[in-house]
Amino acid sequence: MTTEQMTGAEALIRALENVGVDTVFGIPGGAILPAYDPLYDSKKLRHILVRHEQGAGHAAQGYAMVTGKVGVCMATSGPGATNLVTAISDAYMDSVPIVAITGQVATPLIGTDGFQEADISGITMPITKHNFLVTRGDEIARTIAEAFHIASTGRPGPVLVDIAKDALQATVEFSWPVPLQLPGYRPVTRPHSKQVREAARLIVQAKRPVLYVGGGVLKAKASAELKVLAELTGAPVVTTLMAKGALPDSHPLHMGMPGMHGSVGAVGALQRSDLLVAIGTRFDDRVTGQLSTFAPEAKVVHADIDPAEISKNRHADVPIVGDAREVIADLIVAVQAEHEAGNRGDYEDWWRQLRAWRETYPLGYDHPADGSLSPQYVIERIGKMVGPDAYYVAGVGQHQMWAAQFIKYERPGAFLNSGGAGTMGYAVPAAMGAKVAAPDAQVWAIDGDGCFQMTNQELATCAIEGIPIKVAVINNGNLGMVRQWQTLFYNERYSHTNLHSRRIPDFVKLAEAYGCVGLRCDRAEDVDATIAKAMEIDDAPVVIDFIVHHDAMVWPMVAAGTSNDDIKIARDMAPDWENGD
Amino acid sequence: MSLHTLSVLVENKPGILARVASLFSRRGFNIESLAVGTTEHPDISRMTIVVNVEELPLEQVTKQLNKLINVLKIVELEPSSSVQRELVLVKVRADAETRSQVLETVQLFRAKVVDVAPEAVTIEATGNRDKLDALIRVLEPFGIKELVQSGMVAIGRGARSITDRSLRALERSA
Repeated sequence: MTTEQMTGAEALIRALENVGVDTVFGIPGGAILPAYDPLYDSKKLRHILVRHEQGAGHAAQGYAMVTGKVGVCMATSGPGATNLVTAISDAYMDSVPIVAITGQVATPLIGTDGFQEADISGITMPITKHNFLVTRGDEIARTIAEAFHIASTGRPGPVLVDIAKDALQATVEFSWPVPLQLPGYRPVTRPHSKQVREAARLIVQAKRPVLYVGGGVLKAKASAELKVLAELTGAPVVTTLMAKGALPDSHPLHMGMPGMHGSVGAVGALQRSDLLVAIGTRFDDRVTGQLSTFAPEAKVVHADIDPAEISKNRHADVPIVGDAREVIADLIVAVQAEHEAGNRGDYEDWWRQLRAWRETYPLGYDHPADGSLSPQYVIERIGKMVGPDAYYVAGVGQHQMWAAQFIKYERPGAFLNSGGAGTMGYAVPAAMGAKVAAPDAQVWAIDGDGCFQMTNQELATCAIEGIPIKVAVINNGNLGMVRQWQTLFYNERYSHTNLHSRRIPDFVKLAEAYGCVGLRCDRAEDVDATIAKAMEIDDAPVVIDFIVHHDAMVWPMVAAGTSNDDIKIARDMAPDWENGD
Repeated sequence: MSLHTLSVLVENKPGILARVASLFSRRGFNIESLAVGTTEHPDISRMTIVVNVEELPLEQVTKQLNKLINVLKIVELEPSSSVQRELVLVKVRADAETRSQVLETVQLFRAKVVDVAPEAVTIEATGNRDKLDALIRVLEPFGIKELVQSGMVAIGRGARSITDRSLRALERSA
């Protein structure tokens, strides 16, 4: 192994190139400046200068979600680093592999409240998978190698590398590859065969099984295996918000999305199940509703790569630690063995019930009586016209739920959103990152007018860097989901949810000011033409201001803290569970 | 709730105490006591953490601790198969009248006097929790002026060592 003499900053850039990075989203500043000098010369790294560090973080997430590789964002010390915090927290909640590189004040200044000093490794300790403070130039290369290894293996997640300015300026001996020094990090990916066989035995014995599939299945790229397992067993499948597309929505075994705004069929399937086969999912409160009444008759097989998720919220009768793809592959073999031994599950009665729920309670919506535009219709039309090959990136709120409900996802990874953290403002920068990762695909941000105003400065980045995303602003002039809760739970007292964003700002003018094409649509008959026009434009980002009805609500709904059994299909309307029996 | 003693072997790196402490507070676990020190291997530190939790949350504590990259190994030490010790230093009022009674107590508990002043003595005692609690109860009537306690440290009985295998992992990665 030969060594080369260079600066710590050069070692950083070289290490990033060597681990396979091709894109960095960031903003320079004082403490990170030494790194930006060799970055200027790099032939392998494309740096995309964003307008706010949060945008860099979400863009890195979008890039990571589309490529499956580690996304990279870079910022300076102090406020640069703290502006990354929301995106890092988002990546932590949704297990997105990103590496955040931040400059830190020089080591003699650390701890002195120096200019632009913030203890970012301390700040991000609870929201990173791991973080590093590098104070010596000769530790930079190894730390980068370790950061990428940690971010991308096991349960993926964000890793922050904070590098002191004098470490970047130091002269170091660079050699590559560098051996990792992570004696305490040994993620388990191979499932225990005895547990897998036990799971298979339960599957063929169950009368009302459900494959409860979470985002881990997408992260493990296990969609093909999932389809085989589902078809082999004949068991119904529900995919959570983070797992949309893991099984095509059109697949006959698919019962939809469970949870607070899930379909009656998916929620009912979980509630009445006698066996949950939970794979890469974490029994989040938005899925379980009131935990004590969740799926009361079900035994639980729980497979996850993170042992700490198993039995965290719900006791697992059969715990399986492992990578979702390996778990499902092994389950297929084990279920086949059961079949060969003459043990096959009989779910005919179960399916009669499931089909009845599905047919009686399909997802739907009404067109507003006053003739104004229905937000669900807009989103549904976008999904139909743009098609399954595009990427859809939602913000957080009503539009996010409608994007989950009314766009049909036929392939894994086509839907990006902020699930665990619920970060308003995710969509525009994440769509930017997704478009950089997949320049030939259409990338549509489905955003709300509240969300859009939190991060739309990245439209400038998109326009200047040639990243022609589409942004459909579902503009109801309000913080719609909050307003919905005020309607339902706070006696229609609309405290501070009216943003007046049909008046201010003018989103069309805003788009034009940012070098984008701005379109507006407020009538159902113009929706298709407007979408078609946006689809034709490929040399600039497009923003469509869809003026929609402000009282549309997301249904079905399980009110927070209540039982899934009390799901409502519309205001004060509960499904008849026994229907079709 | 019940007390559990965890021996946690960690890489001797800056910030690891903060990581562990932050994990406990973030996840809402109660630390009863915490003691940290180096081991026979300079690259490994050992934390002895006494937590007050039920069986199920204890499993969560252990799993979450295991997720910390710098944590090498966690072993729960049962009181029956380990030696568990704490140390207290206690400054007790002791004038001419009470001094002999205080000294008698010191002898009874096999503690020792480490500092003497005209109005007070400072006593050092080691032992398990029960013994030290008893000592403090007996000393209380004389007037405790100041009390400081170490966290508990604990080690398994018998010839086996919990550091051996972690050491090998450390050597492999180096």
